[in-house]
Amino acid sequence: MMFAAQSIADFFQGFGGWQYVIAAIIHAVLLVHVFAVSPFAFIWLERKVSGRIQDRLGPTRVGGLFGWLQSLADGIKLVQKEDLCPSAADSMLFRSAPYIVCVSSFAAFMVLPFSHGWVAVAADCGLFIILAILSLEVFGIIMAGYSSGSKWSLFGGMREAAQMVSYEIPLAICALVPVIAAGSLNLGEVGGMQRGWFTNWFMFHDPFTFIAFFVYFVVATASCKRAPFDLAEAESELVGGFHTEYSGMRWSFFFMGEYASMFAVCGIASILFLGGWNTGLAPIDDALYAARNASIDGTSGSAAVGYLANVIGAGVFVAKASFGVFVQVWLRWTLPRLRIDQVMTTCLKYLVPISCFLFLGATLWPLIMVTGMGRTTWTSPIGDRAAQGLQETRDGNRVARISDAGNLDAAQARVGDTGHIGEGVVQ
Amino acid sequence: MNGESFLFTVFALATCLGAIAVVFSQTVVRMAFWLVISLGSTAALFFLANADFVGAAQLLIYVGGTLVLLVFGVMLTASGPYLKIATSPGEIVMGSCVGLLFLVVVYASLNGVNWRKSPAAATENSNPVVATGKTLRPIGLSFLGSRPDQDLTSDGDTLTPGYLLPFEIVSVHLLVVLIGAAYLARAKRRAGE
Amino acid sequence: MTGRRIGLIQNSKFLLVRSSMTADLNSYLFVGAVLFVCGVVCMATKRNGIGVLMGVELVLNGANVNFVAFSRYTDLGLDGQVFSLFVIVLAAAEAAVALAIALNFYNNHLTIDVDRANKLKG
Repeated sequence: MMFAAQSIADFFQGFGGWQYVIAAIIHAVLLVHVFAVSPFAFIWLERKVSGRIQDRLGPTRVGGLFGWLQSLADGIKLVQKEDLCPSAADSMLFRSAPYIVCVSSFAAFMVLPFSHGWVAVAADCGLFIILAILSLEVFGIIMAGYSSGSKWSLFGGMREAAQMVSYEIPLAICALVPVIAAGSLNLGEVGGMQRGWFTNWFMFHDPFTFIAFFVYFVVATASCKRAPFDLAEAESELVGGFHTEYSGMRWSFFFMGEYASMFAVCGIASILFLGGWNTGLAPIDDALYAARNASIDGTSGSAAVGYLANVIGAGVFVAKASFGVFVQVWLRWTLPRLRIDQVMTTCLKYLVPISCFLFLGATLWPLIMVTGMGRTTWTSPIGDRAAQGLQETRDGNRVARISDAGNLDAAQARVGDTGHIGEGVVQ
Repeated sequence: MNGESFLFTVFALATCLGAIAVVFSQTVVRMAFWLVISLGSTAALFFLANADFVGAAQLLIYVGGTLVLLVFGVMLTASGPYLKIATSPGEIVMGSCVGLLFLVVVYASLNGVNWRKSPAAATENSNPVVATGKTLRPIGLSFLGSRPDQDLTSDGDTLTPGYLLPFEIVSVHLLVVLIGAAYLARAKRRAGE
Repeated sequence: MTGRRIGLIQNSKFLLVRSSMTADLNSYLFVGAVLFVCGVVCMATKRNGIGVLMGVELVLNGANVNFVAFSRYTDLGLDGQVFSLFVIVLAAAEAAVALAIALNFYNNHLTIDVDRANKLKG
């Protein structure tokens, strides 16, 4: 596993072999901060947006004009609260359930690339890993629901189990639709392939990916148990659902996990469908791309320029993902909550068949395009996108090769296997 | 001790202790909790052994799917809170003694085998696909029936084709299981009603 | 692979300490053996039907650890990983069917204590 921390590592060249360790630590700290700060920002956003939608002001006092420190004040309040454990609860499970939720949604950030090569673990099957890790969160929720020793919690936990087990299927299938277009599960590669004008984004790749984006977004909203699918907490019928008996920090861990996984699924959506860290404007993208490459080659420009390009890319990515979170918040305060049977019907009778149809269509689309129009995508002639993907892959390999400078053989081997499917077959 | 060994130690301990805790837990949901710890750490061991795809499949199918299903089953079959069908202490002592003996036998026998073809063979598989952990595409292609990771033209003694037929059989098997399980578990009247 | 012909108790204790220090084939196999044995003991002692099922999962996982370890450290290569994928998929199928049976048993007997499944006893 490689810590693709090129740009920061370049700053620490003088430290001998330690630069990667230092870069890894810095990136780990940054990631922890993303995980810790983003829920605070999103909780503030939620309160502000809900206030505006309901014709209120929302928080206004703490921290000045927009009340932007409100979440911090809430956090301090929650830390001070008593940590209760009901006598009817199974205390070991009750106490450990919030950590399962928190850890599993945090671990998802491990394989989520923020910019070109800015990913903690550049796994070859990154999408698969991130979906797998996100699916662990449900276990913590069920644990919490079961171990609380309260019927409201038990109902919440059962609903969550039934809902998550069903919604994982369309979630995975919809995430596979752009993967068919990309030919890679590596999130870094998928993001890099969408460089150029925004028509290169996989959302606009074919009609099936276009619909798949919206289906994915609905299913992702449900899998974060956000309204209108928040049956697991359903405060109007179940008091607080699975977290009825929780208080203080343990309660807030559930919400840190929830907001972090909202950011994670929206980040996946932005990489798979919305171009990831690419701005969608070809001249800007190409300039940023050239700056990154120059810093890797070390020919012209310094490491700082490439680093700055990556910072801009990460900013674009975070902006896209945050917009997705904003839409989820918007939906929550706009739509009424469904009933549990309606939630299950929506999934099993509509979303699963729709996503299967989209999957089938996406596999047939290249055939239709090649036989009908003589090209593989509607934006570019045959082979263009594949060539770009190959180029991205080669850049990735160059990064890999530089990063294990002492291990050239492994890097050479990697060049052979990460190539596009065509190349792999040839070899 | 290098990083890999340290991580291996941590996750191997978590795996083993989780498995042992499964044996000694009395309530089913606690067993499920320890099973999650154990199987999740096993997935981490798979990641350490460069089997990324298998590790992710383990997390997604086992921990995220099968275990949630099991806990769901616990909830459906519990006649009261924290269902406890206790094993008698004698059986536990007996079981652990037999298990310990069994473990010693298994471990002694697996230490008695030389797993390498020749003493000079490398301690790790030098196949570039396995050694670098880029197993995703080779596994996918092997399910389609071709083996990019093996050189079939050499004088190797194994001519292993891909896994297209087993893959298809497993697919049909899963469909059969899906239908069969839904049929078996359909709502029925209870006995005596 | 140094201490091959070993005595039983004290040597395996020593090996336990040694094997938990480095990641090599025998350490992986030891973890697999522990999982396997725990699974067998679990299957033998648990009276709850779902507990027995969890024992089966542990046994299958022990086998998986072995497959992956052989895949990395011996000539088995990719085959080991493919095998373990099949094991995972079949374990999921097995769990679904076994759970359906357990639910059926519960519907008929109002318990999932496997010791009560003795209707066919002569």
